[in-house]
Amino acid sequence: MSDFLWLVIALPLAGALFLHFFGRYLREPLAGVFATLAIGAAFVVAVVAAVPFFAGTGEAEHLVIWEWMPAVGATFELQWDPLSALMTLVVTGVGTLIHLFAIGYMHGDERFHRFFTYLNLFAASMLTLVLAGNYAMLFIGWELVGLCSYLLIGFWFTRPSAAAAAKKAFVVNRIGDLGFLIGLMVMFATFGTLSFEGVLGRAATELTVGTATAIGLLFLVGAAGKSAQVPLYVWLPDAMEGPTPVSALIHAATMVTAGVYVVARSSPIYVESPIASGTVAVIGAITALWAASIAIGQRDIKKVLAYSTVSQLGYMFMGVGATAYVAGVFHLMTHAFFKALLFLGAGSVIHAMSDEQDMYKMGGLAKRMPITATTMGIATLAIAGIPPLAGFWSKDEILGALFERGGIYSALWVVGLIGALMTAFYMTRQWVLVFAGRPRWDEGVEPHESPAVMTLPLMALAVLSVVAGFVNTPFRFTLEHFLEPAFHGVEMQHAPEGWGMFLVLAGLSTLAGVAGVAAGWLAYNRPPEVWRRFQEGFGRLWTAWEQAYRIDDLYGAVVVAPGRRLAEFSAFQFDQKVVDGAVNGVGALVYRLGSALRMLQTGYVRNYGAGFAAGLLVVAIWLVVRGMS
Amino acid sequence: MLTWLILLPVLGAAVVLAVPRRRSEVVLPLGVALSVLPLALAGYLFVAFEPVAGYQFVERAVWWEPWGISWHLGIDGISMPLVVLTTILVPISLAASASITQRRKEFVVYTLVLEAATLGVFMSLDLFFFFVFFEAVLVPMYFIIGIWGSERRRYAAIKFFLYTAFGSALLLAAIIAMAVLHASQFGAPSFALEDLMNLDFGPTAAVLLFCALALAFAIKVPVFPLHTWLPDAHVEAPTAGSVLLAGVMLKLGTYGLMRFNLSLFPQVAVDWVPVLATLAVIGIVYGAVVAIVQPDLKKLIAYTSVSHLGFIVLGTFALTSGGLQGAVIQNVNHGITTGALFLLVGMIYDRRHTKLIAEFGGLQKVAPIFAGFFLFMTFASIGLPGLNGFVGEFLVLIGSFPSLPAWTAVAAVGVVLAAVYLLWAYERVFTGVPEKEENRTFADLDAREIGLLVPLAVLALVLGLYPKVLLSKIEPSTEALLDHIEASTDYEVPAPGRIADVFLTGGGR
Repeated sequence: MSDFLWLVIALPLAGALFLHFFGRYLREPLAGVFATLAIGAAFVVAVVAAVPFFAGTGEAEHLVIWEWMPAVGATFELQWDPLSALMTLVVTGVGTLIHLFAIGYMHGDERFHRFFTYLNLFAASMLTLVLAGNYAMLFIGWELVGLCSYLLIGFWFTRPSAAAAAKKAFVVNRIGDLGFLIGLMVMFATFGTLSFEGVLGRAATELTVGTATAIGLLFLVGAAGKSAQVPLYVWLPDAMEGPTPVSALIHAATMVTAGVYVVARSSPIYVESPIASGTVAVIGAITALWAASIAIGQRDIKKVLAYSTVSQLGYMFMGVGATAYVAGVFHLMTHAFFKALLFLGAGSVIHAMSDEQDMYKMGGLAKRMPITATTMGIATLAIAGIPPLAGFWSKDEILGALFERGGIYSALWVVGLIGALMTAFYMTRQWVLVFAGRPRWDEGVEPHESPAVMTLPLMALAVLSVVAGFVNTPFRFTLEHFLEPAFHGVEMQHAPEGWGMFLVLAGLSTLAGVAGVAAGWLAYNRPPEVWRRFQEGFGRLWTAWEQAYRIDDLYGAVVVAPGRRLAEFSAFQFDQKVVDGAVNGVGALVYRLGSALRMLQTGYVRNYGAGFAAGLLVVAIWLVVRGMS
Repeated sequence: MLTWLILLPVLGAAVVLAVPRRRSEVVLPLGVALSVLPLALAGYLFVAFEPVAGYQFVERAVWWEPWGISWHLGIDGISMPLVVLTTILVPISLAASASITQRRKEFVVYTLVLEAATLGVFMSLDLFFFFVFFEAVLVPMYFIIGIWGSERRRYAAIKFFLYTAFGSALLLAAIIAMAVLHASQFGAPSFALEDLMNLDFGPTAAVLLFCALALAFAIKVPVFPLHTWLPDAHVEAPTAGSVLLAGVMLKLGTYGLMRFNLSLFPQVAVDWVPVLATLAVIGIVYGAVVAIVQPDLKKLIAYTSVSHLGFIVLGTFALTSGGLQGAVIQNVNHGITTGALFLLVGMIYDRRHTKLIAEFGGLQKVAPIFAGFFLFMTFASIGLPGLNGFVGEFLVLIGSFPSLPAWTAVAAVGVVLAAVYLLWAYERVFTGVPEKEENRTFADLDAREIGLLVPLAVLALVLGLYPKVLLSKIEPSTEALLDHIEASTDYEVPAPGRIADVFLTGGGR
C-alpha cells in the first residue's frame, strides 16, 4: 500500500542534493521554485498515502529500508500511522507555504539557492523524524533537524551574533540530546530493541514503573531541549537571528514540536509513570507562564513571537503531560498554522520596513499593508483563544483535560487560564503596536504590501487558522477518531463531558481571552507617551520582562564562565603542569641518573644490548616465577 | 597474499630510493602511485573477506623452530578494517605532502616503511613478529616528526620515542615471559598467539602480564593520563605524520588491547573492567574539556583524539556485542574523520603558516568549499547521525550501557562537549567577516585538495548510512571473541532486560 512512502522523504532530499550541486546554475527564483515543488510533491504523496486513514480503513504499516546497526536494534525503518500521517501533513503542508513565501522574502540574497538547499534538507530531516519506525531512526531525524537549524540560524554567518546563536542552539540541544541518548540506552537495555512495535507494544505488560519513569524523564530532557522548555529554552529567542521563514518553519511550526511528538509517540511509556507525565505537565506549565510574561515586555517583533512559541509549546506539554495526547497534538497542529502565519506576517512587516524589527518604531501599518494586517489579526485572535478560531478549540481541550484530571492538575488549569489571559494581552499589544495608531517609522522607511508570493501563503494560513479548530470540537471529534489507532490501548485524558461543563470552562477561557485582548487594546491604542507610561508603571517588573529575567547572564555566570575556567584550568594548569610535568620530571630524573651512571657508558653497542637483554631477562624470569608460585 | 601486502610498500620504498637525485620531482607522484598498489590489494582482500569468524588468508612458515617463531599472518574482522584503513590513508597522506620540499625522497621512503610496519602489526599472529613490527613503526615516525616537524620537533620526537619505547620494553618483557612460560608448560617455547591462548598463567602472572601489555598499549592509544606525548607529537608533526599518527598509529593501541589483552587474559580483563572503563571515561570527558580551550587548532584536534579513543576503549571493555563492534568500527571512523580534519588543518597551515585559531575569522566568506568540507568533517566527528562517527558512538554507547551503565552515562557527556569544542572552533575560524588581510586573500581549495578530501567524505557518508558493509564482516569475529571470554570465565554478556531492573528499582509491577 504505502510502498511509495519513502518518496515523502526522498523528494525534498533529492531537492536538497540537486540544489547543493547544481543550485548555483539556477537563476534566482528558479531554485526556490524547485525547492517548493519538491516539498509540494511530498505533500501530495502524503495526502494520497493518508487517504485510508481519512476513510477510517487504514492500518499502521512498516517499511524496512535497510539494516543499520543490528547489534543495537537500529534499522532504517518507516512507520505510517495516523500520528505520523498528521505530522507529515502539517510539515509538508505548512512547509510548502513557507517555501513559497521564502521565494519572495529571500529575494536578492546572494546565497539564495543555498537557503533553499538547507530548507529542503530540513524538510527531509523533519520528515525522517516523524516517519521513523524506531527510536534510532527518530534520533537521526532529531539530530539532522538540529543540524539544519544550526545551518539556517547561522545562515547570515558574517554576523557574529548569528554564528553565536547557531552554535548556542546546537549545544543547548545537545544537552537535551544527552538525556534522550541515555533514555535510549535504558530503553535498549530493557527491551533489547528500539523499534516502536517492540518497545511500545510491550510497555504495558513488561515495563516496571521505575524504568518507565526513568525513560520518561530522560526523554523529557531531550524534549525540553528540542521544544525549548524551561530550563533549556534559552536557545530559541536567539535563534531569531535566522531569516524569518526559518523562524516560521523550524522554530515555530515544525522542529520545536518534535519534543511534543516524542512524548505523544511514547505515550505507552508515559501512561505507566504518573511521575514522568506529571513532570512533563509541570515543566510545560512553568514554561507557559514564564515565557508569556517575558513576551509581554519584548519590543522586537520576532522576540515576542519567539517567547510566545515557547509559551505555547508549554501548553502542548501540559496537554501531553496530562495524558491528553490528542489535545496536545491538536494544539500542535493549530499552533503550526497560526504561529507560522504570525512569523510570516512579521517577516512581511520586516521586509516592508527595510529590516526594522523594533515595534516601537512601527505603528499605523494597517493602511499600508492591509493583507498582512488582516491575516495577522486573524492569527492574533486565534492564538488569543477567541472562539470560534482554531486556537480556541485546541487550547480549550487542553485546559478541559487539565480540569477534568483534577488534583495537582487543577492548579495547572489555573496556570493555563492565566497564561491565556497573558497571551491575549501580549499578542494584542503586538498587533496594535505594529498596525494601529500613528506611524513611528524612522526616516526614509516607506512600507508597502508584500508581493503575492508572500501574501498568498499568509491568506492560506489565515484560512487554516480560522477553520482548523473544527476538526475536533465537542460537536464532532473527527481528529480524535482519526488519531485513535495511533493511541490504541492508551488510556487518555479528555475534557469533561456534558454541555454544562463545556460551557462553563469554555466561557471562562473565552473570558480570559477577551479580557486580554481588551486590555491590550485599551493599553496600547493610545499615543506612545501614554503606553510608555503604562509600561513604566510596572517598574522593575517590566524591566525584568524586557530583559527576559536576564537568564542568559545567569547561565553565563553559573554555567559558561565556570565551565570555561574549569577547561582552562584543566588544559593549562593540570594537563601542562601536573600530567605533563610528571612526565618531564621523570625524564629529567632519568637524565640525572644517567649522568650519575656515566661511568657505565662504554660506548659499545654490544654492552648496551647485553645490559638491555639482561634486564629484560630478569623481568621475564621474575614474571614467570611469580606466576608459577 | 598478506606477505605481499607488507612487501609492496617495502618494494615501493626501494624503487623510490633508486630514483636519481636529479629527478627528485617525480618522487612524490611515484610514491603516491606505488602506495596505490597495496590499496588495490587491500581492496581485493576486503571484497574477498568472508563474514565468518576466525583468521582468513592465513600464511604460516616456520622461521626459527627452536624458539617457536614463525612468520604467521592472518586477518579477521577485527584487524581487516584497520588494514584497509591503513592502505587508504597512506596514499592520501603522501599526496597531501606537496609542501614538503626538503629531503623528499627520504620522506616518501619513511612513509612507505611506516605503512609496511603498520600492516605487519595488524596482520601478525606471531608475537615475535608482532613486536618487531610494533617497534619498526616507531622509527619512521620518529624521523617524520623529527625531520619534517615544526619548531619544537626534536622535543616532540624524543618524547614520542621515549614514551612509546618505554611501553615497548614492557611489551617485549611480557612476550618473552609468555614464550618462556609456554616452554615450561608445553616443553617448547612458542610465540604463536594461538598457542599462547592455551597457557595456564596462574592468577598473579596473568595480572602482571595483562598490566604490562595494557600499559604498553595504553600509551599508544593514549589512555589518560599517558596522553601528553600525543598533542606535542601532533602539533610538531607534518600533515602526513599527523594523519597517519591519528589515523593508524593510535589504533595499534586499541587493536592490541582487543586482540591480546582480551583473548589472552579474559579473566583479568573481566576483573579489570572497572579500572579501564574508568580511565576511558576520564579520557572521554577530560580530553574534550581540555580541547575546548586550546588556542592551536591542531592541538585541539589532537585532544579530541584522546576523547574519541576513550569511546573505543570503553566499547572494548564493555564486553558486549554493540560495544565491541562499535569499538572496531570507531577505529576506522576516527581514522577517516580525524585524518580528514588534520588534512584540512594542514591546508590551512600551508596557506597561512599558522594554526592559531585567533589568527583566523570569516574564512567561510572567502573559502566556502573549504568551510563546507571542514563543517562536514566536524559533524562527522561529533557524531551526526547519517555520518560515520555516529555509528561508532551509538554502538559503543547503547551497546556498553547494559554492562557499564554508570560509566556509559557519564561518557555520553562527551557527545555534548564534542559539539562545544568543534563548533566553537568553527565559529571562530570560519564565521564573521574576514578582517585580517591574509584572511581576505585566503585561497579556497584547489582541485587536488578536493580530490584528497572527497574519498574520505564519501567513506564517512557510506559508513554512516550503510555501516553493514563493514559491520557484517566485523560481527562474527567480535562475537567469537565474546564467546571465548564467556567460555573461559564466568562472565556472561548481559542480556537485555536484566540490567534495567537491577539498576532501577522502584515500583514493581
